[in-house]
Amino acid sequence: MQESALFEYVLRLSDDSLILAQRLGEWCGHGPILEEDIALTNISLDHIGQAISLYDLAAAIEGKGRTHDQLAYLRYENEYKNVLLVEQPNGDFAMTLLRQFFFDAFRLPLYEALMQSPVEQLAAIAAKSVKETRYHLKHSSEWVIRMGDGTEESHQRAQAAIDHLWRYTNELFYEDAHDQALQAAGKVPSMAEMQAKWMATVTSVLQEATLEIPKNNWKFDGGREGRHSEHMGYILSDLQYMQRAYPNMEW
Amino acid sequence: MSTNEWPLWEVFIRSKQGLNHKHVGSLRAPDATLALENARDVYTRRSEGISIWVVESVHIHATDIDDAASFFEPSDTKIYRHPTFYEVPDGVKHM
Repeated sequence: MQESALFEYVLRLSDDSLILAQRLGEWCGHGPILEEDIALTNISLDHIGQAISLYDLAAAIEGKGRTHDQLAYLRYENEYKNVLLVEQPNGDFAMTLLRQFFFDAFRLPLYEALMQSPVEQLAAIAAKSVKETRYHLKHSSEWVIRMGDGTEESHQRAQAAIDHLWRYTNELFYEDAHDQALQAAGKVPSMAEMQAKWMATVTSVLQEATLEIPKNNWKFDGGREGRHSEHMGYILSDLQYMQRAYPNMEW
Repeated sequence: MSTNEWPLWEVFIRSKQGLNHKHVGSLRAPDATLALENARDVYTRRSEGISIWVVESVHIHATDIDDAASFFEPSDTKIYRHPTFYEVPDGVKHM
């Protein structure tokens, strides 16, 4: 039970990173300025690096000889367990940065807690990734503050992004029997604790940015169970094209 | 040039080996904090540095190329300013 729970848990982390990386990679060559183009693709590459380590760990736990490439490229849509937030379209720069901010504010405390996990490889990946993630959160927070407290238009766009994405944020703290089994065994932190830390970060940054937390509590989920939004199929067709068209190709 | 452009910043990086910051290039950013972040992303992707300085380019004052003759050429003929006229005693090593 615990093996399969841990596999599922690590797969969720890797899928979040992979799909977010794919989205951020779409900015390559299209960034609003050269510097930000490089910043977004740097973050994308950080997440691909994290995904590789996490998929390797997941594959090792599973013990069926699958590689990280097979996990990344050769599963069907309902086998991906990323949250709906990371698969949402880039939209404008505000949408991309708010999506990033909501995700980073979740990932940082999660990695900080996982550094204490008795699952050694997971703790090691968390320790390596936490530095990258701390920078990601700094970068996205700085932008949220500047957009919110910037011009009238940047404020409106940032608030519109928050109002749109808010419905996807609750799923970050999704829990099922897998999580509860791992939490009971002291291997992973509780999601309630993560949510409290996330909310503290979000509240303080949005306040500084003069942006508002939506009153609407309408929530979406499904990604953690493999039920995705209509965008996921398009992402996977881009992501998987090469491996599907030229099986086992390497470069 | 558009007046909507963000200010230009000059970037100086200290490498692991080097004691002093060296000019590596420039970039655009709305303020100093983001200039440092942009410099980190643009100029230290391959572990080039352990410290970054940014200076808004307008704060740098440079010599005028038209003054090069009066500024720099006079020193070309002052060979006595180079310490090459001393006789090195026998037995002094590492000179």
